[in-house]
Amino acid sequence: MINEIGHFALVLALGLAAAQALFSLLGAAQRNLTWMTIGRRAAYLQFFALTLSFAALTKAFLVSDFSLLVVAENSHSAKPLIFKFAGVWGNHEGSILLWVLILALFGAAVSRFGRGLPTTLQARVIGVQGLIGLGFLAFIVATSDPFVRIFPAPLDGRDLNPLLQDIGLAIHPPMLYLGYVGFSMAFAFAIAALLEGRVDAAWGRWVRPWTLVAWIFLTGGISLGSWWAYYELGWGGWWFWDPVENVSFMPWLTGTALLHSAIVVEKREALRSWTILLAILTFSLSLIGTFIVRSGLLTSVHAFAVDPERGVFILLLLAIAIGGSLLLFAWRAPDMKGGGLFAPISREGGLLLNNLLLATATATVFIGTLYPLIIEAINGAKISIGPPFYNQTFVPIMLPLLVAMGIGPLLPWKRGDMAKLAGRLKLVLLLTLFVMGLVYWQDREQLWPMFGIGLAAWVIISALLELANRVGLPKVSVGNAWQRAKGLPRAAYGMTLAHIGLAVAVIGMVGSSFWTEEFIGLMKPGDSQEVAGYHFKLEKMEAFQGPNYQARRAVVTVNASDDGGYVMKPEQRLYPVRKQNTTEAAIRTTFLGDVYVTLGEVQKDGVVLRISFRSLIPWLWMGALLLVLGGLLSLSDRRVRVAAPAAGKRT
Amino acid sequence: MRRFFFFAPIVLFIVLLAAMLWGLNSERDPGALPSTLIGKPTPEFSLPDLHTEETVGSSILTDGKPKIVNFFASWCIPCLAEHPLLFGLAKEQEIQIVGIAWKNKPDEAKAWLEKHGNPYRTTLYDLPGRTGIDWGVYGIPETFIIDGKGKVALRHAGPITPDILSKKLIPLLEGLQQ
Repeated sequence: MINEIGHFALVLALGLAAAQALFSLLGAAQRNLTWMTIGRRAAYLQFFALTLSFAALTKAFLVSDFSLLVVAENSHSAKPLIFKFAGVWGNHEGSILLWVLILALFGAAVSRFGRGLPTTLQARVIGVQGLIGLGFLAFIVATSDPFVRIFPAPLDGRDLNPLLQDIGLAIHPPMLYLGYVGFSMAFAFAIAALLEGRVDAAWGRWVRPWTLVAWIFLTGGISLGSWWAYYELGWGGWWFWDPVENVSFMPWLTGTALLHSAIVVEKREALRSWTILLAILTFSLSLIGTFIVRSGLLTSVHAFAVDPERGVFILLLLAIAIGGSLLLFAWRAPDMKGGGLFAPISREGGLLLNNLLLATATATVFIGTLYPLIIEAINGAKISIGPPFYNQTFVPIMLPLLVAMGIGPLLPWKRGDMAKLAGRLKLVLLLTLFVMGLVYWQDREQLWPMFGIGLAAWVIISALLELANRVGLPKVSVGNAWQRAKGLPRAAYGMTLAHIGLAVAVIGMVGSSFWTEEFIGLMKPGDSQEVAGYHFKLEKMEAFQGPNYQARRAVVTVNASDDGGYVMKPEQRLYPVRKQNTTEAAIRTTFLGDVYVTLGEVQKDGVVLRISFRSLIPWLWMGALLLVLGGLLSLSDRRVRVAAPAAGKRT
Repeated sequence: MRRFFFFAPIVLFIVLLAAMLWGLNSERDPGALPSTLIGKPTPEFSLPDLHTEETVGSSILTDGKPKIVNFFASWCIPCLAEHPLLFGLAKEQEIQIVGIAWKNKPDEAKAWLEKHGNPYRTTLYDLPGRTGIDWGVYGIPETFIIDGKGKVALRHAGPITPDILSKKLIPLLEGLQQ
């Protein structure tokens, strides 16, 4: 019965999305207040209907109702409760339902919190959200209905892919989706602005917090996915330039650019068409991301989510959504007035450079990801593009970006003073050179770590110095500076924290790429091995039984001069229902890196162990955390909450 | 002129859309990798026969008649899925199939063939997996069609399905046998 209610609510949501789009857009065009109000109400109702539908599906998973096809194919009665819950979105149907639920959540949020917006702008934003929802709900109802029954119901399910039975991966997809779908807000604002034919400071102020919300979730989602790959896949890597990773990374890059260019729109009313285009591109890349993951267009480690049959439908949606919006852009954007003139040495000049570099970086990732497909379409040749391509194209673009990150925040708006800037940079440069000297002293064999960590230090030192300057240090007393520090807007701290976060992550990337030490080899119980100053001894092998898997584990004792005397137990699990193996790495985190042990093939006279010391890896996760915290801090700024509606009323 | 630039994104998108639409056609397998061995002589090998333990060299593939080389193992479930099709292929096409048990203990491979039947004219075993590496095998089952002169005419990775059999393997074999 509950399944039928869920199914009914889903179809109802489709109708409500249509009403939301129709009444809002027509109401805005006719300036009909009643219609616009109906559109707003429809957005609430659509969210309510989808919540009901999602709750029904969740219940089916929790009570293991195998009369539903998705539950039977993706769940198992012996699965731990948390993974029964995560199983709701661990499959195609449920994950797309989650996608539209989040979309409807954002639509309802504009209806609720967007009262300060000009009425027609708000209605158009809600209308565009309704259109997107309509497309995806039609997709669900037509090709991916989660409420399909099977008769007779099987006694037990086929279980969730064991790789996905992991806490990191239980949260990773919803976070990514919140990010992807969150960018629909920026997109809807861009389309609404094109329809309205105007973009002003208030628009920039409104787009920013929504983009920030999406960016925070996407940052978190990507980091979680990367962290999961690191500890679950057992290869010890954290980024593989896999197509599916790339498609989540591209909206992140353009979203980051959008965050910065929206500031220019807000402060200087410049870069308007560009910002609109970025908003469209960011959401388009999110849609393309969803499409590539779902269609199996490119080979990838994410093959578990693939279904080519549905690809054509999503492609049609893409063609309408992206093609339509880009056409609208080509038609309406040229009529929008350009902004003021830019001085190259100014805050807006710096933000423009940031945008150029991020856009170029996105283009390289885009080419690397889709070039094989385009080449194959042209002459049938199969090529693959791997990390060496990105190391040679993407990394060189990141280097000037980091250099610019150290300079940009020091620049004032409109016009910077070269001499003053040089004076400030002198100290930053001096301290950076000192750090580079320290790194060189530690590792004289290679120069890359020195430059990489030097760049990160450059960013961190500059960010801290800029903060000190803002509160008046060293000119005013400490007490006075503290008073000023309390008065600074949270957005300022958010920026500083996020910039430092990126630099800390860069330190982690450099350290793990250049200083990781590794041993892979056959060990018998009783054997010992020395890696990076740690002494590893394989004591014995054990077997044990988990709730829905069987496992083997190695017991390894670890000793080091300053840290040690503990036991690590890397595991190999066999999930009998799916006949699939997973590795569970044993990881011990220290300040300077992770001790990382994985269990490989078990042979007659021992086991293959992979023992490594992954330098500075924890800094990468710490950096990602700082990025998210910086975003949250910036989002909590008073100005975001108060000033935007006030400015909206003024227009 | 300025307006022209605003059309650039949509033009680029249409190109991308065309490539994606092409990429979705059902004939295309994004995982398929062409073998660099096509048109070249098979790599040399010398492997023990599963039943007689006699050493057999790659010269058995150059007797003038086309052949099929099939890598399999008793631990490989997809191999079992394609196994029944090999009987039909050997019988109806009158083609000799050389089976190579890859990374498989001879006793286990023998027991598996006794249980499920043996479609192979010659069965060899490659316990260390070296021959598989020479042939570019990255996962079994893999099937190679060899022309009468010992050159590789086709490589198929993954289990053979009735569809692949009738559309790819049989037309090629008929062409070779004429």
